[in-house]
Amino acid sequence: MIGGGRYSDDFNFEGQVHLAFLRSPYAHGRITGIDIDAAKAAPGVLGVFTGQDMEADNVGRFETDIPLTELDGTEIFKTRRPALPTDKVRLAGEPVAVVVAETAHQARDAMELIDLQVEELPAVVTSLQAVAEGAAAVHDEKPDNCALHWENDTPDAYDAAAAKAHKIVKIELINNRVMPVPMEPKCCIAQVDDETGRMTVYAPFQGGRRVQGAVADFLFGGDGDMVRHISDNTGGGFGTRSKVYPEIIAICYAAKKLGRTVKWLGDRSETMVSDYHGRDQVNRAELAFDENAKILGYRLETLTNIGAWVTENGARLAIDGGGRILGGCYDIPVLYYSCRNMMTNTVSTDTYRGAGRPEANYIVERLMEKAARELGIDSKELRRRNFITTFPYTTQMGMKVDCGDFAACMDIALKEADWNNFEARKKESAARGKLRGFGLASFVEGAGGRPEELMRVRFEEDGSVNIYCGTFSHGQGHATVYSQILSDKLGIPFDSINLIQGDTDTAPAGASGTYGSRSSQMGGVAILRASDIIIEKGKKIAGHLLQAEADEVAFEDGNFKAREGSVTMQEVARAAHDPARLPDGLEPGLDETYHYKRPGGRTDQSFPNGCHICEVEVDPETGSVELLAYSAADDCGTVLNPLIVHGQVHGGVAQGIGQALTENLVYDEETGQLLTGSFMDYAMPRAKDLSDIKAEFNPIPSTNNELGVKGAGEAGCCGAPPAFVNAVLNALEPLGVKHLDMPLTPNNIWHAIHGAKNEGGPA
Amino acid sequence: MYEFNYHRPKSLDEASSAAKDAEDRKILAGGMTLIPSMKLRLAAPSDLIDLADVDGLKGITVGSDTVTIGAMTRHYDVQTSADVQKAIPALAALAGGIGDPSVRHRGTIGGSVAHSDPAADYPAAVLGLDATVKTDNREIAADDFFTGLFETALEEAEIITAIEFKIPDAAAYIKFPQPASGFALVGAFVAKFGGDVRVAITGAKDCVFRVTEMEQALASNFSPDAIADIQIGDDDLLADIHCAADYRAHLVTVMAKRAVAQAAG
Repeated sequence: MIGGGRYSDDFNFEGQVHLAFLRSPYAHGRITGIDIDAAKAAPGVLGVFTGQDMEADNVGRFETDIPLTELDGTEIFKTRRPALPTDKVRLAGEPVAVVVAETAHQARDAMELIDLQVEELPAVVTSLQAVAEGAAAVHDEKPDNCALHWENDTPDAYDAAAAKAHKIVKIELINNRVMPVPMEPKCCIAQVDDETGRMTVYAPFQGGRRVQGAVADFLFGGDGDMVRHISDNTGGGFGTRSKVYPEIIAICYAAKKLGRTVKWLGDRSETMVSDYHGRDQVNRAELAFDENAKILGYRLETLTNIGAWVTENGARLAIDGGGRILGGCYDIPVLYYSCRNMMTNTVSTDTYRGAGRPEANYIVERLMEKAARELGIDSKELRRRNFITTFPYTTQMGMKVDCGDFAACMDIALKEADWNNFEARKKESAARGKLRGFGLASFVEGAGGRPEELMRVRFEEDGSVNIYCGTFSHGQGHATVYSQILSDKLGIPFDSINLIQGDTDTAPAGASGTYGSRSSQMGGVAILRASDIIIEKGKKIAGHLLQAEADEVAFEDGNFKAREGSVTMQEVARAAHDPARLPDGLEPGLDETYHYKRPGGRTDQSFPNGCHICEVEVDPETGSVELLAYSAADDCGTVLNPLIVHGQVHGGVAQGIGQALTENLVYDEETGQLLTGSFMDYAMPRAKDLSDIKAEFNPIPSTNNELGVKGAGEAGCCGAPPAFVNAVLNALEPLGVKHLDMPLTPNNIWHAIHGAKNEGGPA
Repeated sequence: MYEFNYHRPKSLDEASSAAKDAEDRKILAGGMTLIPSMKLRLAAPSDLIDLADVDGLKGITVGSDTVTIGAMTRHYDVQTSADVQKAIPALAALAGGIGDPSVRHRGTIGGSVAHSDPAADYPAAVLGLDATVKTDNREIAADDFFTGLFETALEEAEIITAIEFKIPDAAAYIKFPQPASGFALVGAFVAKFGGDVRVAITGAKDCVFRVTEMEQALASNFSPDAIADIQIGDDDLLADIHCAADYRAHLVTVMAKRAVAQAAG
């Protein structure tokens, strides 16, 4: 660590001014007035703007572009969020006005002088409250609070399968709401060029095209050329930094209006009340089994809390995200899936590492564990009987899972976890008064996201090679992996390759970003394909240099070889910049952009999978859980760089254990105030909460891309929560505890034990 | 942070008069809670009187029966004091478990005791070790000092100068941390003075308190079993998203038992 990074707040400009947000202290209410006179007159204040100002200036709105419909064709409810609201406040912390002043302190002081008048309305906080009869309406136009009730089909087919079942196993679960918590808080600087009016936006982001597009749409009539986005470093993404927030629009608006460089650094509290959250589902699920414990059908009803506004992805996470792999690793012949996206007076939920797949895997893995108990079969055996073994396998949701060997992953993980000696370890724990548990989860996820990406590879005159991209590495090591791919392919020195990212002026037009575990499988392939074009052009140049026809030149190990003689890639690149050494009609330079479109589109993603195992110890006296050992066997396809993929597995596991053990985002259910608004109450997992993580790979190359990679970033948080909870349930089995909901805090565990005892203890 | 007047007196007299003259003063004694509260604009004193340069408020003196710690002594200095470790090892251990290293290098015993945070560690030691709180104009017995949520017997503008702890025959402090903040959900300080035992609990109510039923049981039998069946009522216990009242009541017994086991061991 040398402190060489440059985050958005590290940018400072002469003459920059500062902005503060007035945020609603109420979760729900009608705005009856916003008096800004005192704020406007305060020292140093340059401007105060509200939603009405933005409306008067025809600033755009956040459009809902989700092509999902209900069974009868009803479209999703479109909330059309303005950056600052004019009619109602719909969540505590919602920005309602901005103040720009010479200093940040002046802006904040003036902000406190704004008189926001609100006629309070009852707050709807949980999805269960939102769906209840007589609940207040978050949006007057949608009194039932349901933005979309999506179903894959009518329940008839499932009901018919269930009628023939030998056993039906049911479960009700909570996928707890969590906060993504990037280390870098929200920050944005908007700068307007005096002469051209072009705007440059500095903000932490996972791929600036979205910022560019949104700011252009809201403020420049859709003219993307008028907006540039820059982020040198971004301190954590996790999905939450792939979103354009209202704050960014309001800051850009103020900068444009005032013609000044406007800077805003959100503090941790502001970041926590306004960053989109993750998860938050209530699930009711059942599996129907035949007499051989084979699954006949799966029924899942989900209530998901999408918050006050329908965002870019919020309402599709449980459907397009989790739906990719709804039944996990298992052959599900019949499915009924109902998902009601409920609007509440809370922050929106949107993509957070895994984005629907952790929730889906959690449900089915909890259900399989419960089924094993109820069917009296070993849970590993139950899984084996139901694993998908024939590929490609098309799921009930239409996804084409191309390959995998789920049983092999389980075998590797069991060996890693030393399952055969677990009983001896359990006895040793019991001798110390502790309860030891062993829990396993097999999982699969669907990775790749948007099925197209662009990459530009350019040989510079000094012999270096630049990769220009729209993907964005904020800790994933793209510079290493992309350079590896290019170095291997073209036989050029690794050190001669540079990654140019974080600037929409240099990214290829149409390039996307980093999310959905897609950068290697999309960006990496695009680099490979751009290299192919470079090789073809190189053959023409090499042929010219070697006095051979281009089709007689072969490229191998960094050398272009003709019948007589050969030239290196670098020699060809040098020649490419010298028109005198080029064949007639050939453009100088080696500079190619490839627009890669994944052949199968949405359904042919890659399917990372694996088996994760937790071994835990519970102190029955306090309810404390200690994670003793974590064993992961992952099939991320071809592993391009083991160190980096291990890092991805570790990070995902840590966030998964966070959700399962410590993290829980809590709003007051009456007032809608965020109760976990600081790290004093929101419990991030700490090093002491984790154990060593053993991770092995079972690489089965994806058939959906020529690198064979599957994406590794989100697997860990799919495997960890069910493995962990299943382990604790296993530990508590002797006490008669049959059910737990995350997070497994000491308070929750103690109450589960206590409750079980109250019911008379083990049956 | 709002504007305020900053005072940095050199003597206790100077500090006392600055405190008395101020309209709405706060005594700055490390500032591990006060400064973040001010930054969040939750606290807005008109005057801040920083005791950092006041003579005679730092240091540890060990007598035959007492350990006296100056109010501005940092947690780290108590934690690593060979004298404290020898005289009252439980007190050194408690200091070493407060917050994190940066807090232990800035926070002071006087600041912690004056603040009377319901989940702070030091109040448990003050009450458990039958300490005397010395101020710029009097001495206050621990039993009279802590009066409520962030409330003490201190008058407006009264400044703690030192805490005098009695040296016990045996003592231990065990806490159960809140998962996010690390503060005590429940902390139990148990101390044995000849035939007398004191059990002080922090984290569970508005302020630190003693459990006399446990003290009596332990006086005749200083072992965890003696208090295993004593559970305090949960009517006036704190309840929050991290810990329900019934669980807190249970933790009081478990932490006290564990403290007794450690003190006896």
